[in-house]
Amino acid sequence: MEMVAASKMKKAQQRMLASRPYSEKITKVISHLANAHPEFTHPYMKEVGELKRVGIIIISSDRGLCGGLNTNLFRSLLKEVADYQAKGIEVEICTIGKKATSFFKNLGLNIKSVLTDLGDAPHFDDLLGTVKVMLDAYDNDEIQQLSVAYNRFENTMTQVPTTAQLIPMVASESESMSHHWDYLYEPDAQTALSALLVRYIEAIVYQGLVENIASEQSSRMIAMKSATDNAGDMVDDLELVYNKARQAAITQEISEIVSGAAAV
Amino acid sequence: MSMIHVDIVSATESLYSGEAKCVFAPGSNGELGIYPQHLALLSTLKPGEVRVETESGIESIYVSGGIVEIQPNIVTIFSDTAIRAHDLDESKALEAKKRAEEAMLDADSSHDISSTQAALAESMVQLQMISKMRGKKI
Repeated sequence: MEMVAASKMKKAQQRMLASRPYSEKITKVISHLANAHPEFTHPYMKEVGELKRVGIIIISSDRGLCGGLNTNLFRSLLKEVADYQAKGIEVEICTIGKKATSFFKNLGLNIKSVLTDLGDAPHFDDLLGTVKVMLDAYDNDEIQQLSVAYNRFENTMTQVPTTAQLIPMVASESESMSHHWDYLYEPDAQTALSALLVRYIEAIVYQGLVENIASEQSSRMIAMKSATDNAGDMVDDLELVYNKARQAAITQEISEIVSGAAAV
Repeated sequence: MSMIHVDIVSATESLYSGEAKCVFAPGSNGELGIYPQHLALLSTLKPGEVRVETESGIESIYVSGGIVEIQPNIVTIFSDTAIRAHDLDESKALEAKKRAEEAMLDADSSHDISSTQAALAESMVQLQMISKMRGKKI
């Protein structure tokens, strides 16, 4: 299983790297946009006044046996959820993966949408419905903030539970272009911006999903490796116990024979 | 002659990246011809052909819609991989909602398995604790 996970991890990593250009480029465009001075401010870019409900998209794996991967993510999320609830803010969630679905269902949180059985190579289309549910909720003012939570793939040994806010967009402070400029929009500002922002959000969620799959496979590889090692240690220990027992039995038998012979 | 940097990406791969003399893209309001020092522009794309004229020849790439961002020296084209239609998205959203309702109602058997597994893990931990406590007392 370690070997299987290792080969799957390689593929998952490739997929992750392949989708990176898209999300990097679109993030760049968004940061250009944040520095431009659009004639029309899209709702996704406005700061909302009061937070009443927040939405979180939680990405987990479908299968277990991958070490503490999901548990770590859920633990950090539970803390966040408790923080929100302490402030009187309700939490609406959307789960991707069976583990998150069953975990958060047991907690009694309101699940707005569910996506499971994605397999190792998820399609971009698979996400559209789930993301749309959350965006619709935002448009209808059912939630005032949306974030995504997943395991970021650092390297084979480390995966970091991460929560990133999607909307309203956090203004980036990277490049400050002081002069006043704006894009030309076709067909019009609203259509072009919504098309771009929706794609941006989907790209970030998709990136989170493929990173989570890479994390899952590498975490499983490590978990299975340590399971194999532990089983090996156990075999060594048991072999020692067995040999001792065998030797004791032989010694006893010999001493019985010897004492029997002496009695004759 | 000044050149323009072109990146064409889709969600799953990078389709083209390099310098070009000019680019033609199927904008939603008509064909866009983009030369260096173009005005900053943001447009949606129709399905069609993107032509990139480089020094060595013309590259032709098909996009099924998407978005183009133009900065004076950089053109970025985001090609859609998914087929988008309002009705289709709507029905997918409904499906996702339905799955959520099913999960909440516990109708799906696969979730039963995972919740049973969770319960099993919990009682295993309890058993371990009990045996530890016993070990201490005796």
